[in-house]
Amino acid sequence: MSSRKYARTACAAALAALSFGAQAQISGGSVKIGVLTDLSGTYSDLAGSGAVLATKMAIDDFIANEKPSFKIEMVSADHQNKADIASNKAREWIERENVDTVTELVTTSTALAVMKVAKEKDRVVIMNGPASTPITNEQCNDVSVHYTYDTYALANGTAKAVTTQGGKSWFFLTADYAFGHALEKDSSAVVLANGGKIIGSVRHPFPGSDFSSFLLKAQASGAQVIGLANAGADTTNAIKQAAEFGITPKQSLAGLLMFITDIHSLGLKPTQGMYLTEGFYWDRTDETRAWSKRFFDKQKKMPTMVQAGQYSSIYHYLRAVKAAGTDDTSKVMAMMKKTPINDFFAKNGQIREDGRMVHDMYLMQVKKPADSKYPWDYYTIKATIPAADAFQPLALSRCPLIKK
Amino acid sequence: MEIFGISTALLGSQLLVGLINGSFYAILSLGLAIIFGLLNIINFCHGAQYMMGAFVAWIALTRFGINYWVALIAAPLIVGIVGVLIERLMLRRLYKLDHLYGLLLTFGLALIFEGIFRDQFGISGESYEVPELLSGGVNLGFMFLPIYRGWVIIASLTVCFGTWYMIERTKLGAYLRAGTENSAMVQALGINVPLLITFTYGYGVALAAFAGVLAAPIFQVNPLMGSNLIIVVFAVVVIGGMGSIMGSILTGLGLGLIEGLTRVFYPEASSVVVFVIMVIVLLLRPAGLFGKS
Repeated sequence: MSSRKYARTACAAALAALSFGAQAQISGGSVKIGVLTDLSGTYSDLAGSGAVLATKMAIDDFIANEKPSFKIEMVSADHQNKADIASNKAREWIERENVDTVTELVTTSTALAVMKVAKEKDRVVIMNGPASTPITNEQCNDVSVHYTYDTYALANGTAKAVTTQGGKSWFFLTADYAFGHALEKDSSAVVLANGGKIIGSVRHPFPGSDFSSFLLKAQASGAQVIGLANAGADTTNAIKQAAEFGITPKQSLAGLLMFITDIHSLGLKPTQGMYLTEGFYWDRTDETRAWSKRFFDKQKKMPTMVQAGQYSSIYHYLRAVKAAGTDDTSKVMAMMKKTPINDFFAKNGQIREDGRMVHDMYLMQVKKPADSKYPWDYYTIKATIPAADAFQPLALSRCPLIKK
Repeated sequence: MEIFGISTALLGSQLLVGLINGSFYAILSLGLAIIFGLLNIINFCHGAQYMMGAFVAWIALTRFGINYWVALIAAPLIVGIVGVLIERLMLRRLYKLDHLYGLLLTFGLALIFEGIFRDQFGISGESYEVPELLSGGVNLGFMFLPIYRGWVIIASLTVCFGTWYMIERTKLGAYLRAGTENSAMVQALGINVPLLITFTYGYGVALAAFAGVLAAPIFQVNPLMGSNLIIVVFAVVVIGGMGSIMGSILTGLGLGLIEGLTRVFYPEASSVVVFVIMVIVLLLRPAGLFGKS
């Protein structure tokens, strides 16, 4: 072999090795995202297929805008709101299909179960649907991101607003599982801190359909405010039945976790005037409108905060993978925490050490039917709750990762 | 006045709410009991047929402007016709086989129906307004009773006892009962037994749909509304005695009351109390309270 030819071959080999080296940083040659959500049950409208669509939109947009050198794949499955199904699926995805991140995970129990599997297998978990604060407190770990909202932020928005506006005595109607308990606990703390008092509470089986017995108890308590520490169909049925039994408007209802899909399904008549806290509203800025209209064209429904947060978090994750040049969990997590989030969903959002993504939240009031001018025109934004106030401060964190 | 720390007013109101729920249980378990008693089919898609009744009423109102009162007749008819088709095309082939086959087939059908409605309408549910004539409520002193709920008790109990009367006290009912005891003999007397059976299944399904229309203004009309209820209703049928007509009505009402009381004294147990009773009854009287062993 002539020296020139040898040099050429050596160069080619070196280049090949280099490019192989760059490829090898991405395990299995592609970044694989597993969307594990409720595709058939009570939370499937607020997360479900809309969350899968948002993930797909994020992947497509990322490929078009950032032209990554790696392949991106997505798989999705229905966890049926059951922790065992969720952890088994996550384990199967990670072990057999080399999934890099398991994401969405509406329902606290499924999220906590998958967080354990992911920690053991060293994979990233990005949660948008679940709400409970234990995710970033007692149960926190270094592979998890809690992105869209949590029960602390909800309480801090709705419970605070209602209490400071004169709703001083509260009775809670609480879904009897981890999420309901967390929401009641966080909301009670906010009510007490703002000079209110808790008269009582009742825990109802989840899911339920007839709430009249519980509502009558709440009515008999004489509390000014009935706090609904539940979600989805439980909340909508409770609101509907409260109106039927003449409980509202004598006593007011506070929906501590409500989504735009719930308002859409109930209509404005029984929900008008209610306060609620969300991390996203489609009709807030030109940017949110533009993205939401793209979503609407495909889904025929406006996005919930979970679905918008799902897009934002997956885009952020992919950007971190590109910037880190690897899908290695600790390196990607470090990059995600280091990079602020600036998109239609959040401005100067930041993922903290405990995995909590902090960003502004919004206190909304549901419009009167006469004030709603066009389809999905449901909210008036009453206040922006700045990121620093919306979420639990790190100083109060019970997360073992936080050094005090 | 208080009983065990609970005011009598609250207790009275919970008993009334229990009675309202009980009348839903009664009408649903009645349909199941008729179908089981006369066809030997464990109709697992009863919950889905209840849901379909509610959806047909909602679609009739929102798409065609057909009001509640018409829907109360039309929805059970339409869903009943779907039931007749199911009986003619599918169930008929299974009568000679074990109960289990009917149960599996109807369970599969329930999943298919729920899936179709979920795909079409999503899960958050749709609102159905209380008809104007029945809106508002009356103050009973110890509670505010929505007029609509009072109507639910009256409507469902009337239909329940009317059905009982038809089966136990009329000639048509006598043919039905005889047809299931000894179909060859009854057929020899010139009575069309297969047609009677088809009618029976259709009627049982129509009862479920009727309950669905009654439920529509109370609950969000939701594809899963039946599956949340059906397990409790099955427990009611088992406690009452599979196939016993009066047993299912009385047990439905009674269990509604017991569930209401549990919600006052220990709400966390309200979703399991029916099953606790079912276990006790099965241990002491395996044929159920009103069943023939």
